[in-house]
Amino acid sequence: MTELSRPDRRTFLKIGAFAGGGLALAVYVPGRRPWDTTGATFQPNVFVRLGSDGMVTIWVGRVEMGQGVRTSLPMIVADELDADWSRVHVVQADAHPTKYGRQGTYGSTSVRNGAWLPLRRAGAAAREMLVGAAAARWGVDEAACRTDRGQVVHDASGRILSYGELADAAGRRPVPPDPRLKDPSEFRLIGSRLPLVDTPAHVAGRSVFGLDVRVPGMLHATVVHPPMFGGAVQHIDATRARDVPGVRHVLELSGGVAVVAEDTWTAFRGAEALDVTWKPGSFALGSADIAASLARLLEQPGEVARDDGDAETALRQAARRIEAIYRAPYLAHATMEPMNCTAHVRPDRCEIWAPTQNPQGTQEAAARLTGLPIERVTVHVTHLGCGWGRRSATDFVRDAVETSMKVGTPVQVAWTREEDMRHDYYRPTVCHHLEGAIGADGGLAALRVRIACTPISGGGGGGGSGVDRNSVEGVANLPYRVPNLFVDYCRPHIAVPTGYWRSVGASQNTFIVESFVDELAHAAGRDPLEFRLALLDHRPRLARVLELAAERSGWGTPLAGRARGVALVDNKGGLVAEVAEVSLEGGRLRVHRVTCVADCGRIIHPGIAESQMTGSVVCGLTAALYGEITLEGGRVVQGNFDDYPLLRFDEMPEVAVHLVRSDEEPGGVGEPAVPPIAPAVTNAIFALSGRRVRSLPIRPGNLSGA
Amino acid sequence: MPPLTLRVNGHRRQVEVAPDTPLLWVLRDHLGLTGAKYGCGIAECGACTVHLDGRAELSCMVTASRAAGHEITTIEGLSADLSHPVQQAWIAEDVPECGYCQSGQIMTAAALLARSPSPSEREIDEAMAAVLCRCGTYQRIRRAVHRAAREAGP
Repeated sequence: MTELSRPDRRTFLKIGAFAGGGLALAVYVPGRRPWDTTGATFQPNVFVRLGSDGMVTIWVGRVEMGQGVRTSLPMIVADELDADWSRVHVVQADAHPTKYGRQGTYGSTSVRNGAWLPLRRAGAAAREMLVGAAAARWGVDEAACRTDRGQVVHDASGRILSYGELADAAGRRPVPPDPRLKDPSEFRLIGSRLPLVDTPAHVAGRSVFGLDVRVPGMLHATVVHPPMFGGAVQHIDATRARDVPGVRHVLELSGGVAVVAEDTWTAFRGAEALDVTWKPGSFALGSADIAASLARLLEQPGEVARDDGDAETALRQAARRIEAIYRAPYLAHATMEPMNCTAHVRPDRCEIWAPTQNPQGTQEAAARLTGLPIERVTVHVTHLGCGWGRRSATDFVRDAVETSMKVGTPVQVAWTREEDMRHDYYRPTVCHHLEGAIGADGGLAALRVRIACTPISGGGGGGGSGVDRNSVEGVANLPYRVPNLFVDYCRPHIAVPTGYWRSVGASQNTFIVESFVDELAHAAGRDPLEFRLALLDHRPRLARVLELAAERSGWGTPLAGRARGVALVDNKGGLVAEVAEVSLEGGRLRVHRVTCVADCGRIIHPGIAESQMTGSVVCGLTAALYGEITLEGGRVVQGNFDDYPLLRFDEMPEVAVHLVRSDEEPGGVGEPAVPPIAPAVTNAIFALSGRRVRSLPIRPGNLSGA
Repeated sequence: MPPLTLRVNGHRRQVEVAPDTPLLWVLRDHLGLTGAKYGCGIAECGACTVHLDGRAELSCMVTASRAAGHEITTIEGLSADLSHPVQQAWIAEDVPECGYCQSGQIMTAAALLARSPSPSEREIDEAMAAVLCRCGTYQRIRRAVHRAAREAGP
C-alpha cells in the first residue's frame, strides 16, 4: 500500500492494490479520547475493500447498539465513492489496537468531531482513482468521465466500465492528494432514509447478540458477585450447588463465584443453591446517609469549574434572589441484554465474543488477565442489546476470561438480571445547591451552582481531585448568557461504582439547571420560554431551535386540563429543545405529547436521527418517572423490572421530532435529546399544579390535590 | 432424565432436560433457537415471547413439560422468508434499534393480529404493554402493527 499523509487535515489515507485483488482503503479518522476535549489523534476508523467482483466491503470498527453506525458510517464512504449501495457489504470489525482507530463507541462520537470528513475523503480518493483507471484504459481525458452508482461512464462514446472491472488497475494508480469532495447538493445517500442494514436479521431473529454466541464445546456459566460494594468472598459452601444436576464447576473468581453448567438455566439454579459467606468491606451506607453526606459536602467550598463576573456580589445586591436544593438518584443502565461475555482461553491464545462498547479495552483486559501478548487475543464484537455506556466497562469480560482459564473450555458467562442491576456503574446520585438573582431589568443577573457528585470518570468509587468534567457537564457550559456565573464542584468519596450513562452528566444536571431557570423565570414574572430566549441572543442556532419548539408545540395556546413545560440543552454536538404536555388526573401523571426540535448539524440518516431522538425521550422519561436505585447497608435494593420499572408501550407519549435542516458539521444524535425531557415534564407539572419537583424520580402521589 | 418431545416450528424435537426447565432455555441452549431472548426471567419484559398453539406466551414462565403437546412457534418459525405480514411491516417501518427485544415484540404483535385482525388502539396497548423496549421503539411498533393489520387485511 502507498501511504498518503495529510497532517494539515489531520487525515491519513492508505490506499492501494489489495493482496487478493481489487482496491483497499484504510481511513484514519481524527478521533478523540471519549472524555478528553484537548487532544486529537489520527486513527483509522473504517476499512474498505472494492473487489474485482464489484462488491464493496466496509469494515466498521465502531459497535452497533441500535444507533445505526453499521448503516450511517458506510453511507458516508459509499456516497463519495458513488458506490452502488445494493452491492455494499458491512462487516463488523474485530478489535485491533490500532487498525480501526478508536473503536470505543460512546459520547455520540462516531460521526461528529469531524469523523465524517476523512470517510468522505477516502471515498472520493478511491472514486478518482477508478475514474483515472477508466480514462487510461479508454485513452480519454479524466474530465470527460463521470461515475454513476458503481460504474465509470464516458458519455461521449457511451462506454461504461464497472468498478469491479477497474478495481485492480485503480489500486495501482497514485493516490490523488486532494480529491474533490461532493457538493452537498450531489449527495445521493447522505441525508436519505436508506433501509437499515440490520433490520432484516433482527426481524428474522437471526442477529447474534452476546448471549446468542454458540461455540462448539461451550459451557454456560453465571457469576454471583459480592452483594455489598467493597465486599469479598469469605467462604463458599458449594455442596448444594454441585448437587444440581448439570452443574460442572463452582469456582472462585477475583470478582465473585462462578457456577459452570451445561446450560444457562442450570447455572442460574446452581447459583441460587450456592451458600457464600461474604466479607463486607468498609462501605455500608444507605441512600439517606449518602444524601446527607452530599448535603454536608456542599457546606465547604469546592473546586471552581466556572467563574464569570462576580456572582457573590451580584447575588447579594440583587433585587430578587431565590435558592433551592435539587437532587437526582443513582440510576442503573438496565440494558435489555444483561451483561455477558463468551471466552475461550487456551495456553497460546484467547478468543472472545463480547457485546462491548469497548473492543480495545476488552482486548487489553483479556491480555492482562491471561498474560498473553495482545496479538494472541481475538475479540469478536457481537450485536449489543443496548449499551448506554454500561458496556464500556470490562468487568463482565473479566468474569468470562477467568472462568474459561480455570475450566479450559469455551465458556459463556451470563449475568442474571439481578446481578446486572446490582453490579452496575451507576449514574451518580447528586445534590446541587443553586442560587439565582433577577436583575432590575427582569433578566438573569447571577447564577451560582454548587455541585456534589461522585466523579463519573474513572469508575467513581472515591479518589482523585479537581473538577470532574463529566460531573459539571451542562452547568459549567451552560448555554445562556449569564453575566455572573459561578459553578463549583464538590467531590464525594463514596464506594458505589459510577460511570457513563446516556448523555452523562447532562442527564441529571439539565434537569436541575433547567428547572431552576424555570423557577427564575417565574420569579421574574416572565414566560419561561421567552425568558430563556432572551438569554440566547449570542446563540442564534440554539435560539432558533427554541423558537421552533415554541411554534411546533403551540406554546402559549390554551390547553384544557393540561400544561406545557420547556427545556433545552447543548450536549454532544446537538442542540435540542423539548416541550412536554402533561396532565395530572387523580394523582396520575400523564405525558401526552412531546415536541422535540433538534439541530444536530447535517444529518446522515434522518430516520436514524428521529429514532434516536424519540428513543432518547423514552430514556429520559423512564428515568424521570421511575428511575431510582437505592442502597441499604451498602447494597443495591432493586433487582429487576418489577422494582426498577421501564416505560411501557401504553405510557408512550406522542413524540413529534423536528430536525432542523442544517449544512453545519454533523453533531451527535444518540444522546442530546435525553437531558431536556425530565425538566420539560417537571416544568409542565409546575405550570399545571404550582408544585415544583426538585428531586427525581417524580412522585405523582405528592402532586395530587395541588 | 427421560427425553421430552416438543413440537417446535413444525418439527418434533427431543430434549433431555429437567421437566421444570423453562422453555426459553430449552429453545436457546438445547435447540439452538436463540431468537427468543432472556431479559428478566420473571415475566416482566416479554423479550422471551413465543407462541403456544398460536397464543403469545412468555417462554421464561412455561416449563418444558407444560410446553410438550403444544405447537411451539418461535421467531425463527414465524415465516421461512420474512413473509409474515408483521415481519414485513417491521421492515417497512424499520422498527428495530438495538434489536434485542424485537422478536418478543413481533411474536406478541403476530398473536394479537391472529386473534384480532383489526385491533383497536386499546387492544394494541394492552397486548404490546407486555414487552419492554429500552431503545424506545414503541412509536414505530404502533405504526407497524397498524400497517400489518392493514396489509394482511381482507
